[in-house]
Amino acid sequence: MASKLQKTAADALAGVLFDGMTIMAGGFGLCGIPENLIAAIRAAGVKDLTVVSNNCGVDDFGLGILLAGGQIRKMISSYVGENKLFAELYLSGQLELEFNPQGTLAERIRAGGAGIPAFFTKTGVGTLVAEGKEVREFDGELYVMERGLTADLSIVKAYRGDHEGNLVYRRTARNFNPMMATAGKVTIAEVEELCVTGQLDKDNIHTPGIYVDRIFKGAVFEKRIEQRTVRKPEEVSSLGKVGA
Amino acid sequence: MAWTRDQMAARAATELRDGFYVNLGIGIPTLVANYIPTGMQVTLQSENGMLGMGPFPTEDEIDADLINAGKQTITELASSSYFSSADSFAMIRGGHIDLSILGAMQVAANGDLANWMVPGKMVKGMGGAMDLVAGVKRVVVVMEHSEKSGAPKLLTACTLPLTGQKVVDLVVTELGVFSVDRGKSPLTLLELAPDVTLDEIRARTGAPFEVAKAAA
Repeated sequence: MASKLQKTAADALAGVLFDGMTIMAGGFGLCGIPENLIAAIRAAGVKDLTVVSNNCGVDDFGLGILLAGGQIRKMISSYVGENKLFAELYLSGQLELEFNPQGTLAERIRAGGAGIPAFFTKTGVGTLVAEGKEVREFDGELYVMERGLTADLSIVKAYRGDHEGNLVYRRTARNFNPMMATAGKVTIAEVEELCVTGQLDKDNIHTPGIYVDRIFKGAVFEKRIEQRTVRKPEEVSSLGKVGA
Repeated sequence: MAWTRDQMAARAATELRDGFYVNLGIGIPTLVANYIPTGMQVTLQSENGMLGMGPFPTEDEIDADLINAGKQTITELASSSYFSSADSFAMIRGGHIDLSILGAMQVAANGDLANWMVPGKMVKGMGGAMDLVAGVKRVVVVMEHSEKSGAPKLLTACTLPLTGQKVVDLVVTELGVFSVDRGKSPLTLLELAPDVTLDEIRARTGAPFEVAKAAA
């Protein structure tokens, strides 16, 4: 078997990219985004992309740089409020947009990766989201049918990974990454720490290596923070008595 | 005198119960965390994949891998757990969260809620709001009573695109508290803020309501 191990983001993307493809990108806001792969896709210049991601980065970081490069034709997201360019492109008709409720988006991706073509959910019944979709009654309640979602390529970010492609995420940087890893025809993972096989605790692998086709250690992790909120050390808590 | 934002949050916090798992939205709902009664155990869920949300970090504790759904830096507690977005919304959609407190643009007398979109203007998205109102057992809205223009936000029927149909149980504004009988009308005015008169709240409310004895 050929090694999954790659040296750089550009190496990992070799032969994978094509115009008009669908790419899933992990992350919530700027937390847990595959920033090295996004930068390499920007450099590769591939265009007419459909991008599936909860958000679209900010104007100069994350997926926002693909927007700025005119590479995205359509976004499938739940929230894009942090991005001014996004609003401009959308309102002027240069960008297609499909809003999915966040839980529906997560479940569509999970279902896609698990070989489930469609499912029914209460979320969105009686709203714009349900328009044109089958609505069915189960046990006296209405549910809307949503389709499973897959992609030509999934790009994910993990904290640690090994040569087999086993991945471990850290804290809330997990978010959409595990489901997206299962739903790409090709899945590429960038990690902060590349471990030798056997080093990770086998009982605590979040994404088993079967889902990961290529893996590399990211060259740079800026890990930018969107809302830096702090309390002073003497305050017990500025979010309140939570846990105190 | 109308309630302040903090007083509205404190009023919403009286809906908390010991042992509750709770999701708080952005804005005034976030302030509810400041009014959890001493001795009451409430676990805050953050839909980006965390149970047991702790306070904001000190400068030394900031961690880019640890944020809440408002993308603010936060901390963990001894009891915290992390999970994927799919697991997070299984909790929400599956009815495992006891209470959701969130903001709104409009609420109708039957419990319809609009809080995600102004056609032709706002392009932000619904985030997790549609899932929360569809799946969480009890939904409390905390919002300003009127728009900046003075137009009422409590209406007979919402004019903005809906987030959910017949999903709201209670509405707290700076003028008072209304209970909602999902799918039915009218609302019931439960409480008035100090020195707010029935005439005043009636003039500023676009939905029919009855007055509970306590508020009369």
